[in-house]
Amino acid sequence: MTDWIEVAKLEDIPRQGARVARTAVGDIALFRTLDDQVFALRDQCPHKGGPLSQGIVSGHKVACPLHDWKIALDTGIAQAPDEGCAARYPVRLENGVVRLSLSPDEGCPNG
Amino acid sequence: MARMKLVLVGNGMAGIRTLEELLKSAPDMYDITVFGDEPHPNYNRIMLSPVLAGEQTVEQIVLNGRDWYAGHGIALHTGKRVVKIDRGNRFVEADDGTRASYDRLLLATGSKPFILPVPGADLDGVVGFRDIADVDHMIRASAQYKHAVVIGGGLLGLEAANGLKQRGMEVSVVHIGDWLLERQLDEPAARLLQQNLEAKGLKFLLRKQTRELVRGESGRVCAVQFKDGETAPADLVVMAVGIRPNTALAESAGLQCQRGIVVNDTMQTFDPRIYAVGECVNHRGIAYGLVAPLFEQAKVCANHLAEHGVGIYRGSMTSTKLKVTGIDLFSAGNFMGGEGTEEIVFQDPGRGAYKKLVLQDNKLAGACLYGDTLDGAWYFELMRDGTDVSDFRDKLLFGRHHIGDSGAGGGLGDEKTRLLAMPDSAEICGCNGVCKGDIVKSIRDKKLFTLDEVRAHTKASASCGSCTGLVETLLAATVGGDYSTAPSKKPLCGCTEHTHDEIRAAIAEQGLKTMADTMQALGWQTPDGCNKCRPALNYYLLCAWPGEYRDDAQSRFINERAHGNIQKDGSFSVVPRMFGGLCTPAELRAIADVADKFQVPEMKVTGGQRIDLFGVKKEDLPAMWQDLSAAGFVSGHAYGKAMRTVKTCVGAKWCRFGTQDSTGLGVKLEELTWGSWMPHKFKLAVSGCPRNCAEATIKDFGVVCVDSGYELHIGGNGGIKVRVTDLLCRVATEEEVLEYCAAFTQLYREEAHYLERTAPWVERVGLAHVKARVVEDEASRKALAERFRLSQEPAQVDPWKERTEGALTREFTPIQVSA
Ligand code: SRM
Ligand SMILES: Cc1cc2nc3c(=O)[nH]c(=O)nc-3n(C[C@H](O)[C@H](O)[C@H](O)COP(=O)(O)OP(=O)(O)OC[C@H]3O[C@@H](n4cnc5c(N)ncnc54)[C@H](O)[C@@H]3O)c2cc1C
Ligand code: SF4
Ligand code: FES
Repeated sequence: MTDWIEVAKLEDIPRQGARVARTAVGDIALFRTLDDQVFALRDQCPHKGGPLSQGIVSGHKVACPLHDWKIALDTGIAQAPDEGCAARYPVRLENGVVRLSLSPDEGCPNG
Repeated sequence: MARMKLVLVGNGMAGIRTLEELLKSAPDMYDITVFGDEPHPNYNRIMLSPVLAGEQTVEQIVLNGRDWYAGHGIALHTGKRVVKIDRGNRFVEADDGTRASYDRLLLATGSKPFILPVPGADLDGVVGFRDIADVDHMIRASAQYKHAVVIGGGLLGLEAANGLKQRGMEVSVVHIGDWLLERQLDEPAARLLQQNLEAKGLKFLLRKQTRELVRGESGRVCAVQFKDGETAPADLVVMAVGIRPNTALAESAGLQCQRGIVVNDTMQTFDPRIYAVGECVNHRGIAYGLVAPLFEQAKVCANHLAEHGVGIYRGSMTSTKLKVTGIDLFSAGNFMGGEGTEEIVFQDPGRGAYKKLVLQDNKLAGACLYGDTLDGAWYFELMRDGTDVSDFRDKLLFGRHHIGDSGAGGGLGDEKTRLLAMPDSAEICGCNGVCKGDIVKSIRDKKLFTLDEVRAHTKASASCGSCTGLVETLLAATVGGDYSTAPSKKPLCGCTEHTHDEIRAAIAEQGLKTMADTMQALGWQTPDGCNKCRPALNYYLLCAWPGEYRDDAQSRFINERAHGNIQKDGSFSVVPRMFGGLCTPAELRAIADVADKFQVPEMKVTGGQRIDLFGVKKEDLPAMWQDLSAAGFVSGHAYGKAMRTVKTCVGAKWCRFGTQDSTGLGVKLEELTWGSWMPHKFKLAVSGCPRNCAEATIKDFGVVCVDSGYELHIGGNGGIKVRVTDLLCRVATEEEVLEYCAAFTQLYREEAHYLERTAPWVERVGLAHVKARVVEDEASRKALAERFRLSQEPAQVDPWKERTEGALTREFTPIQVSA
């Protein structure tokens, strides 16, 4: 069973931007896209650990601020030719409330 | 006189094009009613492929929005399917009971995807590729599932496969034939294509016949099984094996149909009050599946609806292109050859180029091009006109510019040279039948500047878009005289086809004031750009509308958003501004206090004559700046595409060689320019004598003081590629230095491409251009300087003032989660 923790209101996260959630399992980046979807990834770039929350969000991806890798928000996977994956956390948006689970999704080698 | 009533069934490409043509020649003749069973207004079906691939949005492909219908007094019924035509009483009836009576009826019901009659074809997860609903379905599936199988290796199938791949799915294309696109390509060309697509990550299963679509546990399709017993996993199956004219309605009304609604050369059905156009039609035994012939039909049909009674449709010859970004192929006519034909073939597999021409009776009968398709339109013309090619047969393969009128040619030539060599009658846009001459004339007569304007006026490149490059080249060549600075043809980024210069011009000329408006007006191919174009647009808008444009923080790189330089460990550095490098003990003390209070791990004097505090946590930035602001500091913008530092030397006040007060002048220059956003970083320096201790001759704007006044130097760079400045001019007073500096800075701000420093910019536009605007023309200099002054009014607000005062602090505050 998933434990959902209420972490923010949608409007707390800037559109096309991100906020950092500081948790017991480390920093998690909460992204909000232009179309108001919310995604959550470990705030660590698979390349050299750059803080993904500080990148520019466009479409459903974020560009890492350190060396410009592009990471897909829905999967955490780096865009080719780069290879790697940032762990993805389940996140739910209901009635403008963002809820997060602290157990990362399986399937990401860095999870 | 009472107007006649015209009813159109089918709100698609052919039907609405017929109305557009009709409204041009007889705007007041009919009261028009349109029925469409899709919920959308008229859109560009062709562009569903780029929408699927995520290169365009549904909003971008709408051809005529609801306001167009309203503006022409057309009654539009969307989401209503016409189910009955009563020919005796002359009305149609839709599935919800809506009725409309007619004097003339136009059927343009298009076609439907053919669904293979195999077991499982009705399972969840099996779709055709025809309309927005299908594309929505595929996009949703791609977000949820992994494996897609596209059945059919034709144009539609390959575009679907490419789109799904772009959306991150694993895609296999199943094809019954020996090679892909066998109706459009011969085997060698198809192999090149297949290799290219395989390199993009697509998989191909050739010579496979589908036996069954297998149902998974959830009830959704889970695999495709072939007749040879093999299977392929599939959470989504796209059927792209062909289309069938949509004739059910016409048949039910007793109109003669035979693989399409049968029409004569004036597009009339067997009932003279009823016309039909588009893919639903059978004309002289042929049902077309591409827009070019349908648009020709539309023209003829409109002509008869307007009762001009002249046009005759004799059928069309068609040519093919594939809309997969990065792949160029063209084919037309009998490209396979056969008895009584000869073939000329050119192959360069290394370059991925292949050309095959088929001749019959000294005429071109077919062409199949891969890789280099520029001459496709010319070959197509030769075929259509039945030109005797015996005179230039030896040069035929090398393209139009190699024969006759274009003079001496050597090598294949670049696209521009070849395009310019084409005669005015050369067809550029195959979909809409627009010739080179039409385009050039419109650009000149109507003073068009952007691609979108050319599209709007001529329709060239407005349908499938594959001639966009040619139209742009024509545009550049035609307006080139006015833009002697030769805009490079490179688009700003993958989201747009426009260059930096085109975008800046459009922002100014069309009065575009927000990022969303700019993207919309210029046909951006992504919903919200990318991290290349958004910062550029943000700057261009800021520069164009000072004080008016609202800066978009989310479109700035983190350094500019957080007003600090991000470090490798995610911390930030802090550089308070020290005007001209001068400082007081109190200021140094304040910096030292801040460093203690926030436990700054390291401090350093920078190459820009000020102090850098390293390793600051992001959440400490606002508080730290509160202290710095209190001590009178403003941000040093050491992180920005902005004015950075003014490096100075001691100058006449102390130095035994100094000729002028270089430090004082440096402070004045920094007070003038600080806070200004720029295309790239911008550095200044003032040296007190030609010994040049402040290294002014490698700065963007450098001043070297001499006995008689000041030498002004521009376009230097000490970075990756060192460039020594050019001497702009000499002036006598400090006031002049400040005015010339403001004017030069503004010229750079207004003309350079984003991320282009002054050095490459000066090399691109030439020193003469800068001198003409800043030195020789006093009025121009004064106007530039004034514009700079105006832009500085809203810019010289310390970013930290607003941030420490509460607004925007959330950027710096993490959300604490304690579970
Ligand atoms: C702090 C400083 C080095 C120092 O300790 O002295 C510095 C530090 C950086 N420089 Fe620099 N540059 C510094 C003076 C210079 C100078 C010398 C000068 O300004 O007199 C130059 C050569 C002069 C010039 O620009 O023409 C210089 C040429 C560069 C370049 C190459 C620019 C080019 O046009 O080729 C870059 C890369 C870039 O901007 O894309 C760069 C980029 C950087 C960045 C911002 C790299 C980055 O993006 O993270 C460095 C930030 C380090 C950090 O973690 O904070 N830095 N950099 C200097 C800050 C000066 C200031 O007070 O603002
Ligand atoms: C993905 C894709 C890519 C393509 N790419 C190209 C290309 O690159 N180049 C090219 O030339 N062609 C291309 N085509 C083909 C081109 O789109 C069609 O030839 C063209 O749209 C046909 O126009 P039409 O008006 O005949 O039919 P449509 O555009 O299909 O319009 C018919 C409309 O009528 C509606 N309708 C049908 N029956 C009824 C009814 N009883 N009541 C109310 N409404 C009804 C349909 O829902 C539909 O909206 C492509 C097609 C697709 C699907
Ligand atoms: S020279 Fe290189 S390492 Fe040193 S500060 Fe500049 S960018 Fe960083
Ligand atoms: S750390 Fe993210 S790209 Fe290098």
